[in-house]
Amino acid sequence: MNTIPRVVLRLASVLILASTPALTFAAEENLFDEYRQMMADDNPAQLAEMQGEEYWKTAGGPKKQTLQGCDLGLGPGKTQGAYAVLPRFFADAGRVMDLETRLIWCMTTIQGRDPAELSGKAFSKQGQPTTDLEGLTTWIAGQSRDRVLAVPVDQPQVRAAFEEGKRLFFYRAGPYDFSCASCHSQSGKRIRLTSLPNLTTHDGAVSAYTTWPTYRVSQGAARTMQWRMVDCARQQRLPELIVGSPVTVSLLTYLAASANGGKMAAPGLKR
Amino acid sequence: MFRRWTCVMAATLGVAFVVPLQAEGVADSFRAKGQAKLDRLDQTDMQRICSGPVGMTVPDDVRARLQKTATDSVKFPAADRFLGKWEAGQKIAQTGTGMQSSDDPAVPSGGNCYACHQMAPTEMSYGTLGPSLAGYGKQRGQSEAMLKYTWTRIWNPQAHMPCSHMPRFGDAGILTEEQIRDVMAFLFDPASPVNK
Amino acid sequence: MGSPMKIRAAIKDGRTEVKVLISHPMETGLRKDSEGKAVPAHYITEVVARHNERVVLSAIWGPAVSQNPFVQFQFAGGAPGDTVSVAWKDNQGDTRSDQLTLA
Repeated sequence: MNTIPRVVLRLASVLILASTPALTFAAEENLFDEYRQMMADDNPAQLAEMQGEEYWKTAGGPKKQTLQGCDLGLGPGKTQGAYAVLPRFFADAGRVMDLETRLIWCMTTIQGRDPAELSGKAFSKQGQPTTDLEGLTTWIAGQSRDRVLAVPVDQPQVRAAFEEGKRLFFYRAGPYDFSCASCHSQSGKRIRLTSLPNLTTHDGAVSAYTTWPTYRVSQGAARTMQWRMVDCARQQRLPELIVGSPVTVSLLTYLAASANGGKMAAPGLKR
Repeated sequence: MFRRWTCVMAATLGVAFVVPLQAEGVADSFRAKGQAKLDRLDQTDMQRICSGPVGMTVPDDVRARLQKTATDSVKFPAADRFLGKWEAGQKIAQTGTGMQSSDDPAVPSGGNCYACHQMAPTEMSYGTLGPSLAGYGKQRGQSEAMLKYTWTRIWNPQAHMPCSHMPRFGDAGILTEEQIRDVMAFLFDPASPVNK
Repeated sequence: MGSPMKIRAAIKDGRTEVKVLISHPMETGLRKDSEGKAVPAHYITEVVARHNERVVLSAIWGPAVSQNPFVQFQFAGGAPGDTVSVAWKDNQGDTRSDQLTLA
C-alpha cells in the first residue's frame, strides 16, 4: 500500500508535564501554553460542541420540541454572538440570567423537562458522557468566538446583579473564612502550581472569563462557568451552590461585566 | 439572610413589585450537602467586618477588638509541648482535603499549607499566596517566644493580622492540637526537610 | 453505539490530510472511582480508516491511549466527491463509524 506516510497520535502529554516536578514553574507554564497551542485546532471540547448543536436542533423532552424557539437575548433561535451579551435581563422570566440558567429555563418551558433534574445533574462525572447542558453551553459559547464581550450593564437589573455579585465576591464565610477574593484578588499568585487570575482587575477577569467553557484535560470533560462557581464554593467549604441560582447569576454577572471589552476565545483548554 | 427586608418593606407599602435578585437571599441559592450545612453561610463578626473590597480599611478600634478576640481564642498546648513529629506534619502540610461537602468527616482534615506557602525547598509544587516558610526553624530557633508566636499564627492568624486570608486552623477546629504540634515540628525540627 | 466522531479532511498537492477526534472514555481498568471501586476497562482496540473502499489506516490500540483521542494522518490521492470513513471497535464490543465526503 502506498499509504500512511504519517500517523500522528497525540496522547495525554499533559501527564508528562505533571510528572516533571524538577522544572521551574515558569517553564512548566510555557510548556502548557505550547501544548495548548498544539491542541488548538483539535480541542476535544469540539465533541461537546457537536453534541450541543445536535441537541439544539433535535426535538426532545416531553413536549417533543427543539430549542430553536429559545430566545437567548438576541431573538428566538439566534445563537451567533449571544454568549458575548450574557448575562442579561429577561422580561419573560423576570430575572437576570446567564447562558446556562437561560438554557435550563428554555429546556423547561419549551421542552417540558424537569428543572430540578437539569440543575441537579448539570455536570458530567468522570468518565460519563457530556450532559445536554454542557454540550449546549460549549457550542453556544463557541458561537461567540472572537466577539467582544458586551454585557448590558446599562440594564438596571444587570447593574443590580453586578453590584450584588461584587458584594458576594468578597463575602467571607464557612470554617475556612474563605471568599472568592481569598484566592482571586491578588495578581501574579498561584495555588500550588496553578496560576490564579486576579478577578478584581480587568485583565484578570478577561483572561478567566473569555476562555470558559473549557476542556479540562485532567478531568477529560468540557467544563462551564456554572461548574466553576459550584466547584469553587465546594472548595470554599460552603454548602452546595445550586446551579442557576441567583448567587451564581450575580457572581457571573460581576465576572462577565468586569471582562467587558475582552474578546471571547471559548471553548478553551486547561489543565 | 440578606436584605430580606427589601421584600418585606415593599410588600408593606403595597408597591407592585418584582422580587429583586438581592431579596431572594443567599441561603436560597445553596443546599446542605454532607457535612456542609447552611449555617456555614452565617458570618461571624470577624467574617462580616473582613468582607470589604480590595484596599478596605478597618478602623483602629475595630481592629483592636478583632485582635483581642483572636488572641483570647488561642489555646496553648498542655505542658508547653509545642512540637510533635515532623513526618506527620509534612503529611498534613501536603493534604488538601478536609471539611468540604465532598469530604468524609471521619477522616482528619489536612492543613494544605503547600497550597499557599513554600516549605521544604525540595517540594516544587507550592503556592505563593502566603510567604515562603523555607528554613523557618533554622532562621528563627526554638525560643519559647518564637514557639508561642508560631502556634498563635497557626491557631488564629487574626491575632497578629486582622482580616488575614489564612484559615484559623485551631480556632475553627480544622486541625487538632496534636496535628498542630506535628505541623510545628515540620517547621521547627532541625531534621525536618523545611530546614534542610 | 458510541458518540459521533469529528472528522475533517483537506486535499492538498495530491494528498489528503485527515484529522479525527474520537469521543471515548478510554478507561484503563486501573483507575478507581470515588468509592474506591475499580472502574472497568473500556478502551478502543481497533481503528480503521478508508478512502472509498480502500483501507488507508489500520491501527491496534490499547489502554495507553488518552481519553477522547485525536488521530491525524495523510494518504495519497483523494478527489472531491470521494468518501473518507473512520470506524472503531472497543473492548466492550461497542463500535462506531462516521464518514464525510471530500470537498
